[in-house]
Amino acid sequence: MTFELSDRVQAVPPSGIRRFFEIAEERDEVISLGVGEPDFSTPWAARDAAITSLEQGKTSYTANRGKRELREAISDYVADRFDLGYGADEEIIVTAGASEAVDLAFRALVDPGDTVAIAQPSYISYEPGVIFAGGEVLSVPTKKEDDFRLTVDALEAAGASEADLLVLCYPNNPTGAIMRESDLEPVAEFAREHDLTVLADEIYAELTYEGDHTSIATLPGMRERTVVFNGFSKAHAMTGLRLGYALGPADVIGAMNKIHQYTMLSAPTTAQHAALEALDSCDGDVREMVEQYDRRRQFVLSRFREIGMDVFEAKGAFYCFPEVPEGWTAEEFAEAVLREQGVAVVPGDVFGAGGEGHLRVSYATGLDDLRKALNRLEAFVEDHV
Amino acid sequence: MSEREVLELLRENARYSTADIARMTDLEEDEVEAAIAELEAAGVVRGYQAVVDWDKLEDERVRAEVELNVRLDRETGYGDIAERLARFPQVKALRLVSGDYDFDMEVEGDSIREVSQFISEKVAPVPEITQTVTHYVMTSYKENGIELGDGDEDDRLSVSP
Ligand SMILES: Cc1ncc(COP(=O)(O)O)c(C=O)c1O
Repeated sequence: MTFELSDRVQAVPPSGIRRFFEIAEERDEVISLGVGEPDFSTPWAARDAAITSLEQGKTSYTANRGKRELREAISDYVADRFDLGYGADEEIIVTAGASEAVDLAFRALVDPGDTVAIAQPSYISYEPGVIFAGGEVLSVPTKKEDDFRLTVDALEAAGASEADLLVLCYPNNPTGAIMRESDLEPVAEFAREHDLTVLADEIYAELTYEGDHTSIATLPGMRERTVVFNGFSKAHAMTGLRLGYALGPADVIGAMNKIHQYTMLSAPTTAQHAALEALDSCDGDVREMVEQYDRRRQFVLSRFREIGMDVFEAKGAFYCFPEVPEGWTAEEFAEAVLREQGVAVVPGDVFGAGGEGHLRVSYATGLDDLRKALNRLEAFVEDHV
Repeated sequence: MSEREVLELLRENARYSTADIARMTDLEEDEVEAAIAELEAAGVVRGYQAVVDWDKLEDERVRAEVELNVRLDRETGYGDIAERLARFPQVKALRLVSGDYDFDMEVEGDSIREVSQFISEKVAPVPEITQTVTHYVMTSYKENGIELGDGDEDDRLSVSP
């Protein structure tokens, strides 16, 4: 028999990233700048704490919302680093990656027919998440001229005043764009004026270069309408441990917890032990990794300028987003570079509206490989452009 | 401040080209060159060497950590003794340390015999040296901040969201 798959599942096309993964896997000696996760391992102290917790047999479920100690540590950490005030009891939930937190928020907040505006290009999970929850997606393209920041003009042009929710991701995957407080203010005003709930995916917050990250939830009148997502995958290099969290007012976190307690029970216990240690003692490791990314960022941006590819000054995450030369689509360019030079990058279209004509280049890769990959790209451009 | 940044990068990898250091910082290439020249002239940077995993080479290299105890007198200070020892090319590092002994000395040679002879004939007879304890290095796991194991494979997917 064949299954009658649900309409919601069928409505979501297969991921464009998958195709590039398959081509990259076919070819030998590929240097990949297509990786969306740190090349560092989890700081040793955090791994050690996870091992110790296993040795001590700490392998049962935790409280649904996560270990209380961890929630307290998260509460202190976000207050200290981002000026965000959330109570450990009711305003924080620990999840299996920020991914789960995003999904919980959609399911807790979206009714069938609700419209979710998504600033794009952006991380690929938001659109499917909205569709799985029965909502409608409204793409709000951001532009290179604006350094890929979200503007009120873009929101108005897309008709976002009619939307129910707005999803933001800054520092941004795939562009590396960030939004300063002054960039966020008009967006916050728009959200208040049109009564939008804001979902702010701030998983790259620590990876902000030249200045500190500002959370939109810290702007006046925004805390009560915002859910913030963060996690340990990026800053603490813990992708495989699957641990994230959401911060928000008690009612929405409570609703998310209702779904979480029936679908997940609790986030991975071993990972919670690692995360507690990560917050306790790994600030230095995080600083060191951020420093490394920053150097690579400047290296890669310089190289693109030397190669003659137009690239805007990415200031966050570990991506930059150069424009492909005239006469190419991003997809053609990315596929040709992969086949001829063995360098994998991801075409920007994959990340939604506004991404066309660009490439996502990840610098979560050691400097030696970055140097080689950019030399190969240079050779490719010399051959073809 | 730029010198500090350049120093950090050189400590990470002394073979970074000045062009790459310039790309990684806000500096121009000639500023990087000037910073390096200044670091060298001021004697902050004393040299550049490879970090070697001797176990990966055929030829034997014998290394020893030697603890030295000394007795000072009115005419002789730590500096005098150190100077005398440091001149031997076999001595690769020499540090005055706190704790149970006075000097911590690293010695290198082609054979155990050579190193032992050096210690018994050149070091032990120094009048101020009252005791030597020699530890031969059996395996090294980390040198100059670089782990010498086989390293972790990059097991990430080649393309991921
Ligand atoms: C913007 C963004 N949000 C969320 C995630 C997923 O994070 P987690 O590993 O915490 O589920 C990613 C991972 O690539 C991301 O780029």
